[in-house]
Amino acid sequence: MTRALTIRNLRKTYANGFEALKGIDLEVEQGAFVALLGPNGAGKSTTIGIINSLVNKTSGRVEVFGMDIDRQRAQAKSCLGLVPQEFNFNIFEPVEEIVINQAGYYGIPRREAVARAAVALKRLGLWEKRRGAARELSGGMKRRLMIARALVHQPRLLILDEPTAGVDIEIRRSMWEFMTEVNRSGTTIILTTHYLEEAESLCERVAIINKGRIVEQGLVSELIGKLDMETFIFNVRDPLTEAPVLGNHVVRLLDSRTLEVEISRQRPLNELFERMTALGIQVLSMRNKANRLEELFLHLVNDSR
Amino acid sequence: MNSRVALTTIVLREVLRFLRIWLQTLLPPVVVTSLYFIIFGNLIGPRIGSMAGYGYNEFIMPGLVMMAVITNSYSNVVSSFYSAKFHRSIEEMLVSPMPNYIILLGYTLGGVARGLMVGLLVMGVALFFTELRVEHPWVTVSIVLLTAALFSIGGFINAIFARSFDDISIVPTFVLTPLTYLGGVFYSIDMLSPLWRQLSLANPILYMVNGFRYGILGTADIGIGTAIGLIMALLVLLFLLALWLLEKGTGIRS
Repeated sequence: MTRALTIRNLRKTYANGFEALKGIDLEVEQGAFVALLGPNGAGKSTTIGIINSLVNKTSGRVEVFGMDIDRQRAQAKSCLGLVPQEFNFNIFEPVEEIVINQAGYYGIPRREAVARAAVALKRLGLWEKRRGAARELSGGMKRRLMIARALVHQPRLLILDEPTAGVDIEIRRSMWEFMTEVNRSGTTIILTTHYLEEAESLCERVAIINKGRIVEQGLVSELIGKLDMETFIFNVRDPLTEAPVLGNHVVRLLDSRTLEVEISRQRPLNELFERMTALGIQVLSMRNKANRLEELFLHLVNDSR
Repeated sequence: MNSRVALTTIVLREVLRFLRIWLQTLLPPVVVTSLYFIIFGNLIGPRIGSMAGYGYNEFIMPGLVMMAVITNSYSNVVSSFYSAKFHRSIEEMLVSPMPNYIILLGYTLGGVARGLMVGLLVMGVALFFTELRVEHPWVTVSIVLLTAALFSIGGFINAIFARSFDDISIVPTFVLTPLTYLGGVFYSIDMLSPLWRQLSLANPILYMVNGFRYGILGTADIGIGTAIGLIMALLVLLFLLALWLLEKGTGIRS
């Protein structure tokens, strides 16, 4: 089956000499839900910009459902939907017009565009606001407007560049449900986000980009399996004055009742508890310092520095 | 990909935009033209007497209509396309499969629509001050359409290069307005000394104003064939330049 996205040796050097992409290879299967992760300035938005013809590439090849974005630009673009990181609509235009016009740019006749816009706006809870200017919407609503706009031409590959940035938890969760539903209906999704728990809970695959290179990609479960260390936070009952020695584990005393301990995933936790018990340390609670994907992400990003 | 639908969408959006803000787009040229007719036509005109055999109001009317058409076609596209860059709503079109020539054509037709609407309004104002008779209707319509299209594309190119709102007012203020005033709106170049007459012939707006005046009054300082030929040549040249800039992504793609 043709891949939804194939990127080969993609490079981008900006006019000021900054090399944003240093030869990226990426493959996304049809129907997948993939997270593209990376720190600020890693090259995520440049990659997305090139896929969507908003940024000119320096070299390399990009294919969308087997169609080359240089040679079959119009056909490739018809398959793509983009929700960019920053608001990019005319804030003075009515909400409904923004979505209808977007359908028009894809050649969808106005009557059908009006019907599709109605469906998209209702699905995203913007129907009541359709007549007002886009500037009157809240931040979360503006993000949902961009999602409605990106879906109106029914793309096969939807790219969401930090869609939940700056929205409250309730709206974020409803957007997660919405994205999952869109993916289940057959749409391939590429998501960039800084919320790694979002990537871990939504996506089965992940690609991590840093300094213009893909440093890791694969199934989330497999990548997490590669983590050899995990960091736990322990809350203890009695105050401590210094970090206890617990074998060869790295231990830090965060405050008098909080310990941070790095533990190899190969070694059982029982051993650690035995050492704590021997020292008279009573543990009241414990938790992961970060979620596992976050830990892997930090590990990879720090390694490539 | 249905390009006709995409083109209609842009044109409709552009027309709705300038109608929505009619206080900024349609009313000012009507007010300004009324003032020109009152001051130059009614107060100063009688002292000037006839010009090229016509009353002064009658003589300046085609030029004033053309001035409004030129200014409004240009400013419609330059402000709309630059705003789209500024708000980044240009990306809505760039990510879509519509070809670049449709984007250019859509903005151009939007500019032509505003130019024509303002031209008709100014003509309506002119009827309060002078009689309207159109000697050569096809020439009149052709000249006004070609000129509106030419300056719409000019505005588009200006917007491509503009990096701030200041940049979109430089050309209208320092190039278009002087050339229009010196383009025979208020006088016949036959009144000028040979040197200034020759210099005036290098001003393309002179050909548009005189071409339109020929259509309305049947008289002009230059040949109508030259006027239409020049406008068409410039139109083709600017269209190709604008399209090439769009394809290259100048000012819109990094």
